[in-house]
Amino acid sequence: MKPFQKLDGLVAPMDRANVDTDAIIPKQFLKSIKRSGFGPNLFDEWRYKDVGQPGQDASGRPLNPDFVLNQPRYQGAQILLTRDNFGCGSSREHAPWALEDFGFRVLIGPSFADIFFNNCFKNGLLPIRLPGSEVDELFSQCHESAGYTLSVDLQAQTITRPDGKVIPFDVDPFRRECLLNGWDDIGLTLRHADKIRAFEERRRMDQPWLFA
Amino acid sequence: MQAQTLYEKLWSSHVVHVEEDGTALIYIDRHLVHEVTSPQAFEGLKLAGRKPWRVNSIVATADHNTPTDHWERGIEDPVSRQQVETLDANIREVGALAYFPFKDQRQGIVHVIGPENGATLPGMTVVCGDSHTSTHGAFACLAHGIGTSEVEHVMATQCLLQKKSKTMLIRVEGELGAGVTAKDVVLAIIGKIGTAGGTGYAMEFGGSAIRSLSMEGRMTICNMAIEAGARAGLVAVDEQTVEYLKDRPFSPSGEQWDKAVAYWKTLHSDEGARFDRVVDLNAAEIQPQVTWGTSPEMVAPVDGHVPDPSLETDPVKREGMERALQYMGLEPRTPIKDILVDKVFIGSCTNSRIEDLRAAAAVARGRRKADSVKAVLVVPGSGVVKRQAEAEGLDQIFLAAGFEWREPGCSMCLAMNADRLEPGERCASTSNRNFEGRQGAGGRTHLVSPAMAAAAAVTGRFADVRALG
Ligand code: SF4
Repeated sequence: MKPFQKLDGLVAPMDRANVDTDAIIPKQFLKSIKRSGFGPNLFDEWRYKDVGQPGQDASGRPLNPDFVLNQPRYQGAQILLTRDNFGCGSSREHAPWALEDFGFRVLIGPSFADIFFNNCFKNGLLPIRLPGSEVDELFSQCHESAGYTLSVDLQAQTITRPDGKVIPFDVDPFRRECLLNGWDDIGLTLRHADKIRAFEERRRMDQPWLFA
Repeated sequence: MQAQTLYEKLWSSHVVHVEEDGTALIYIDRHLVHEVTSPQAFEGLKLAGRKPWRVNSIVATADHNTPTDHWERGIEDPVSRQQVETLDANIREVGALAYFPFKDQRQGIVHVIGPENGATLPGMTVVCGDSHTSTHGAFACLAHGIGTSEVEHVMATQCLLQKKSKTMLIRVEGELGAGVTAKDVVLAIIGKIGTAGGTGYAMEFGGSAIRSLSMEGRMTICNMAIEAGARAGLVAVDEQTVEYLKDRPFSPSGEQWDKAVAYWKTLHSDEGARFDRVVDLNAAEIQPQVTWGTSPEMVAPVDGHVPDPSLETDPVKREGMERALQYMGLEPRTPIKDILVDKVFIGSCTNSRIEDLRAAAAVARGRRKADSVKAVLVVPGSGVVKRQAEAEGLDQIFLAAGFEWREPGCSMCLAMNADRLEPGERCASTSNRNFEGRQGAGGRTHLVSPAMAAAAAVTGRFADVRALG
């Protein structure tokens, strides 16, 4: 996994609540057996005027000019502002894969759906939960000034606004370590292989029917 | 000992290791696998030179991409076919406790085949790369939907990294009215607490109305816990749970059965156990439900109306409602019963079990699909359900009513195969998600119970199934 430490990045606003993973990456792209290449189909139904198909070259497709990420001022955005319950619905990890492939590294919103939140951390994407009032201010600043950027520091757990205000955020220490170092959790878990084996043996004795 | 909730019992009996910040490694008993979210995990495992930790924990099936008619033609879409063949090859290589491939007699939707084969047992931890894994919580299992990286993690280590959830009790007391089903109960719950209401919680469903539901009904409720934001839903073990599991292919037998049952009977929240949040509903007040928007919380009783966004004070909510009504092609204040449907879908892991099909057939019996309805798809959840329904003659009732009787699979729940809505088409669907484009780009989904879906099929509009008699 790509480590994440610090980022000064352009911000784009996704100003709607309950954005589900079907919207982030529609089902037809789930037929792929790869982990990469989903960026061109991020928000496919909102971003394009036609219906995209897997394997199709997206470069010539008609864009929906009203969709936020198609606006010139948000090109190259690496930070996405979101509303409540972003990433709800299907557990598809293709959603963080598509966001990451498109170029996002940080998501900032009042709340994220559980499975999606988890999936982000496995893919070098940092979802940050902030109080609703902080998020509201970020949205209005972002709408007001073109080229709005934020500086995100995972080590220090802070977001710094262009006006100098520093917003602290929480993140689980374990997840933070993994992300800062780009660690693969499987390797970390396997350090406890003896404990897992011992647990399994006890379970096999107590509830043998689970091991039939 | 301190009174414990069911969730706490399940959690503490699976903890292998805890990090300083409370992140725990929990042991996984059952791993359900399907074709869409597993290929990258198998590939990751192979690239790292790792082997599955315990192959016998794996039960696999192909369901999302498989066609529901003309099985003799195989899978015509080459991209779907490749995904299903990739699963075949992966299982052939690594093995599994059981595999129900495309066309197998017991193939079906992953959340239907687990319980019906006794591969989901009380007290287990169950995971699957699919958010509706919450379904299995109906058997007092701790069941989580996981992402593909976690699928790989579980295969490689037999463990999942998890933080302990908060606990919520949803208590539904009283008697459900005639024609009101588990689906209506869970839609009413989501309408009340919202789609993010359960985020961060494990949600236990209790109260006399839940206890009176069959296992099928409890699965319907737990299935949609995820639509309320909860990664896990739970119902305590009782006699019905035990009865359901008796003599299933992977259920224990003989002496083991007695030992298992004795343990299973401890799987309930203790008297006086403390929950972080309790929500109460009165069963008698719940009416048949119909969603009107693009999120399961956008729901109204069948007697109700499409709401008026101009009355909503929260601007983000108001905009969401306006956008939903525009997408759905609906005017504010339209009576639900005035909404006409183009297609009807009866199926999905929410409502494709035998009891669901019986409920739909009871309405369809002796009636005909309305002429204005283009198609009514009835898609059983598994081959086992299909044969049971045929043994009971339900297929003949559906066919006589002009409905289509299909092969099992996910089908038009997410439209990864050929079954889908065309842009602008409106569907009464027994599935679990009414998101934009879920059943086909531009399609409009209204979530309802199987009986309400059948009522819409025969009247051409949302009708109160209680009035059909
Ligand atoms: S029936 Fe629908 S919700 Fe259930 S597993 Fe299949 S696609 Fe997912």
